[in-house]
Amino acid sequence: MENTSIIKIEHLTKSFPMGKSKFTALKGINLTFGEGEFAGLVGPSGSGKTTLLNIVGSLDVPSSGEAKVLGESIGSLTAKGAARLRKEKLGFIFQSYNLLAVHNVFENVEFPLLLLKYTAAERKKMVMEALDWVGLTDKVKSKPPQLSGGECQRVAIARAMVKKPSIVLADEPTANLDAANSHNILQTMVKLNEELKTTFLFATHDEKVINYLRRKIFLKDGNVDQDEISTN
Amino acid sequence: MKLAIKLAYRNLIGAGLRTWLNVIVLSFSFVVIIWMKGIMVGWDHQAKTDMKNWEIGGGQYWQENYDPFDPFTLSESHAAIPVSLNDEITNGEIVPSLIVSGTIYPQGRMQSVAIVGMNPHQSIFMLPTEKLDTTTSAIPAIIGSVSSRNLKLNVGDYVTIRWRNVNGMFDATEVVITGIFSCNVPSVDVGKIYIPLEKLREMMSLKGEATILTFREEQSERPEITGWSYKNTATLTQSVDELIQTKTVGQSIFYAILLLLAMLAIFDTQVLSIFRRQKEIGTYIALGYTRREVVGLFTVEGAMHSILAAIVSAIYGLPFLIWMAKSGWTMPIEASEFGMAMAQTLYPVYSAGLVISTVLIIVLVTTVVSYWPSRKIAKMNPTEALRGKLQ
Ligand SMILES: Nc1ncnc2c1ncn2[C@@H]1O[C@H](COP(=O)(O)OP(=O)(O)OP(=O)(O)O)[C@@H](O)[C@H]1O
Ligand SMILES: [Mg+2]
Repeated sequence: MENTSIIKIEHLTKSFPMGKSKFTALKGINLTFGEGEFAGLVGPSGSGKTTLLNIVGSLDVPSSGEAKVLGESIGSLTAKGAARLRKEKLGFIFQSYNLLAVHNVFENVEFPLLLLKYTAAERKKMVMEALDWVGLTDKVKSKPPQLSGGECQRVAIARAMVKKPSIVLADEPTANLDAANSHNILQTMVKLNEELKTTFLFATHDEKVINYLRRKIFLKDGNVDQDEISTN
Repeated sequence: MKLAIKLAYRNLIGAGLRTWLNVIVLSFSFVVIIWMKGIMVGWDHQAKTDMKNWEIGGGQYWQENYDPFDPFTLSESHAAIPVSLNDEITNGEIVPSLIVSGTIYPQGRMQSVAIVGMNPHQSIFMLPTEKLDTTTSAIPAIIGSVSSRNLKLNVGDYVTIRWRNVNGMFDATEVVITGIFSCNVPSVDVGKIYIPLEKLREMMSLKGEATILTFREEQSERPEITGWSYKNTATLTQSVDELIQTKTVGQSIFYAILLLLAMLAIFDTQVLSIFRRQKEIGTYIALGYTRREVVGLFTVEGAMHSILAAIVSAIYGLPFLIWMAKSGWTMPIEASEFGMAMAQTLYPVYSAGLVISTVLIIVLVTTVVSYWPSRKIAKMNPTEALRGKLQ
């Protein structure tokens, strides 16, 4: 178990300055995630889900304690080191998709590969494969404004997955989607998790998402309240 | 960098009208600056060529007392031509001229004038001195068109001139205007009357003397001759350089204002796009950019306005600039009132250096102006940028 843990969080706290005092959003979190997990941070609004996800994603740093992601200590990474970690190993999926509006579907998915300096031929092959996973091979030339919300989120999944990252971080990926679309993208993610052994970490309070999770970590006021692992 | 350029290009094209408005304003600066600078270069070129053709040839020896700005020196500024130059004078490579001060009486009015004695067979100056090669009852004389207008003298008119001879006595004679020339160099025209050199020498009893010796060809080096000072064309055209220099300073202020307006538009666009595209900035960071790299991305994007502007300028500016160079720009004001060699129609001259330096300066300024607001990105909190909640 120990040698396959890819995220290790110990005594993690995070506080934000609030006027003269400070507000502590995470109050000493201890969590470990192994390879291939399909886990989620669950809890009410303001419980610290996004804050924790951002730290794991090296977009933010702990106030104290340690967050080790793929062996890298988030708190001591340089800007360059953090960027490299995100570029090479992490994929992000956001509530509002965050696609680049002036780029078409193909170009959006291609983007992470350009940063990783793949050749044009490799990129084409990988992008088409990723679009195949999410069932969007017929929309390569469309631009995000022409797509439905569900389609946008599928493009975002393809973009996050195209480089086969070790970890995908998804913050409320279904919040803007209807039930049918939510199930569709969740099934896609379950499939990718099984096929590629990618670790998925969600932040959500959507029941539909929670039902798909194999591990549910309940956060409450910045603390881990419960850590439930389904056995099936 | 290649990726940044590709991204910047897509973002700019994606921004549509806003981009093109900026680009058009900026391209206007390109064309106007290159055109105006071209006019200055063309003017400089034309003024110097005119001076060489009409006044200074390829350089001159001045009798050491001669001072064109002090007419009172004229009585002293003549001397025998050095014998060492005889050969060159005989074969026409040097043209001597004698200048004395006199008075002219057109229609009974009195006006002081410099009487210039010039060999009718000279071929260095464009002056129509062959018109002096006639035998008439009076001394033949040619004047410039501005003098002709001022003095109300036309070809065939007789007029009295008076001068002080070597004994200090006043002498007078009649001249007849045999030719009127038109020339852009005011000092050749205004206040001068040209008569045959030998006639003037006779009148003054200054046989074999001269005030100025003009070379046909540009001289690399001339020996010192006592009593004469050598002036090369660079010295003689210095006044043109100085005047153009002052004009250029005035123009630079205009360029600065023009650029400032274009830069305000770019700056505004940058500030707005950094504010409005926070989520996109956050996304770039999530995908693996550092904040500094995103600053670079936005700087390239802003700077690219100037590249697009250069291309747009080429599309509509090139035909305009070429047409201007061909048909010239006719000034709305009277050129002869400028007090220096200036043609009514100026033909702009554009050098590669002029175009390249203008493009480089504009690209550089645009880059700085794009970079300035973009620095803010380096201080953004990526998580807040992603939420798009920064103020
Ligand atoms: N940059 C910040 N500055 C100050 N307080 C912050 C900041 N980011 C988060 N917080 C606070 O930390 C707490 C946890 O925020 P977080 O966004 O992690 O909650 P969440 O569990 O994701 O909630 P939601 O379900 O609404 O997305 C909240 O009370 C929030 O106001
Ligand atoms: Mg949240």
